[in-house]
Amino acid sequence: MAEVNYFLNEEQQMIVELTRQLAREKIIPVRARLDEQEEFPWDLVKDFAQADLFGLFIPEEYGGLGGGCFEMCLALEQLAYGCVGVTTTYAASALGGYPILLFGSDEQKQRYLPDIAAGAKLAAFGLTESTAGSDAAAIQTTAVEEGDYWVLNGSKQWITSGGEAEIYTIIAMTDRHKGPRGASAFIVEKGDPGFSFGKKEKKMGIRASSTTELFFDNCKIPKDRLLGRRGMGFIIAMRTLDQARPGIGAMGVGLAQAAMDEAILFARQRVQFGQPVIAFQAIQHMLADMATEIEAARALVYAIARTIDTGIKDMAKLSAMAKLFATDMAMKVTTDAVQVMGGHGYMADYPVEKMMRDAKILQIYEGTNQIQKNVIGQALNKEYAKKA
Amino acid sequence: MEIVVCIKQVPDTATVRFDREKGTIIREGVQSIINPSDLHALEAGLSLRDELGGKVTVITMGPPQAESALRDALSLGADEAILLSDRAFAAADTLATTYTLLKAIQKIGLPDLILCGTHAIDGDTAQVGPGLAARLGWPSITQVAGLEILDTGTRFLVKRLIEQGYEMVEVELPALLTCHKSLNRPRVPSLKAKMRARKADIPVWGHEDLGADSGKIGIKGSPTWVDSTFVPAFEAKREMLEGSPDEQVDALIVRLKESGLL
Repeated sequence: MAEVNYFLNEEQQMIVELTRQLAREKIIPVRARLDEQEEFPWDLVKDFAQADLFGLFIPEEYGGLGGGCFEMCLALEQLAYGCVGVTTTYAASALGGYPILLFGSDEQKQRYLPDIAAGAKLAAFGLTESTAGSDAAAIQTTAVEEGDYWVLNGSKQWITSGGEAEIYTIIAMTDRHKGPRGASAFIVEKGDPGFSFGKKEKKMGIRASSTTELFFDNCKIPKDRLLGRRGMGFIIAMRTLDQARPGIGAMGVGLAQAAMDEAILFARQRVQFGQPVIAFQAIQHMLADMATEIEAARALVYAIARTIDTGIKDMAKLSAMAKLFATDMAMKVTTDAVQVMGGHGYMADYPVEKMMRDAKILQIYEGTNQIQKNVIGQALNKEYAKKA
Repeated sequence: MEIVVCIKQVPDTATVRFDREKGTIIREGVQSIINPSDLHALEAGLSLRDELGGKVTVITMGPPQAESALRDALSLGADEAILLSDRAFAAADTLATTYTLLKAIQKIGLPDLILCGTHAIDGDTAQVGPGLAARLGWPSITQVAGLEILDTGTRFLVKRLIEQGYEMVEVELPALLTCHKSLNRPRVPSLKAKMRARKADIPVWGHEDLGADSGKIGIKGSPTWVDSTFVPAFEAKREMLEGSPDEQVDALIVRLKESGLL
């Protein structure tokens, strides 16, 4: 049966091939164990590093492959086909690396990007706090200039790869009275004085990824760790998320594809009333919806990622659309995959149970899907104000 | 360190099906892969090179499509690859194969180390590695499950599996090792190497390039031949033992004794 032609070039096909191989040979055999034991996948991180994947989005001059948002989406889709928990660790390193790539000085790029590209060091991104999630302007962590140093105080919550990563991009308030324009972004390294980690959270899904608190207790970092200019913290955070969100959509596409593949495999074998359950229209219609919605989400994510790679400036709306549509789709498709498989689907012996748990986070992290709708809605309001 | 790794392209036994009437493998739609233990040999070669420097050359004898196995090896980081392909090599047994490999390795220039897998999952003879070592007059250590570099790489301390456990063997190079799957964890391809591999030039050597004696290669050089192949019939007899657990155990012991298993 013909498949949709997305006109990938040779390099892009190779990325798909390689990440598909990684998912099949390295991730799938261990995903159930990693999930059950909440084990951080260091072996797989080494595999991703060996495969050059951590450098996919980093320019060649810093040791990367110079890929864009689209190449990242291709890789994330295939890796998420294997396990969203494992893929989250990979995606988080990119999320921590983007601020340095997009806003770092040449010196900062030289210092951090080659290690991130080589996978020698994982990166992480710290924005969320206990009282500041969707309302990012409510963050309490402060950074105060003291001589040649910045001194950070406060804490971050639910930080992916906390404790495991070496390089952290942290958003902290430098001028509270300026509101959102009073935030700045800093690079904090594991081992900096006054920087420590809280307990590892227990989660519904993506249990192979590490999620912890970060504590800053008079954490003293050199002046040159400020990213961009003072006061640019929110712009840096928003631009970073704009860049990364289509990748979360791509993870939804890969996850949903995996769930549908399992459901179809099962439905072709499971016999009830004397025939495989796939022969029943009730099942066929569910599978038809799944397949159609997956392809629609894939087409949207790819088209938006490619548009972003043309260098457009105002990408917030498109990026939010890719994340919103594809991750809501993933939640629905994984839920339906469990339904198609009935009692079997609900059992941990079959992978769709984990897939459904993993899908939920995609609607929550890197901005809840309600926040994505705010972003899209505000952009529409602005666009139409100009037209009026 | 100059290292030659010998690999074989085999049908993926995970997807293979048999034609029960003809007694042959159905090759259509079956993926070809690098023989699993050869991947461990390649990994051993690559990590030795990464540690000691030098070069890893991968060779395989096979039909033209075996080139894809060599490209896979290059994607994993091998430096060079050579395909030994010629109609005259066809239907070679292990004797003819080791001769052909010997000629190729002599043409490349004798390395410090030759690595093979323990056995191929299709033919399952486990003879090619040791046979090649015999032709070279080199020490051959089979079933290698551990490897320690001694004297900056002139000798190895090798752990080799035997049925009762393992042996520790010291060997001076040059030598040939056959690598067991417990030796290491094969790496994954890298994108940069994959891109290089796609464009890499892989020389194809035939019997004339090797200066091989045509009586010693392919079917002419093979004293063994396959008389027939068949899919073994698997007939299981089932008998339910009745009674209490003790009675069932007694009945089972009687049957095991009857069949000479106890």
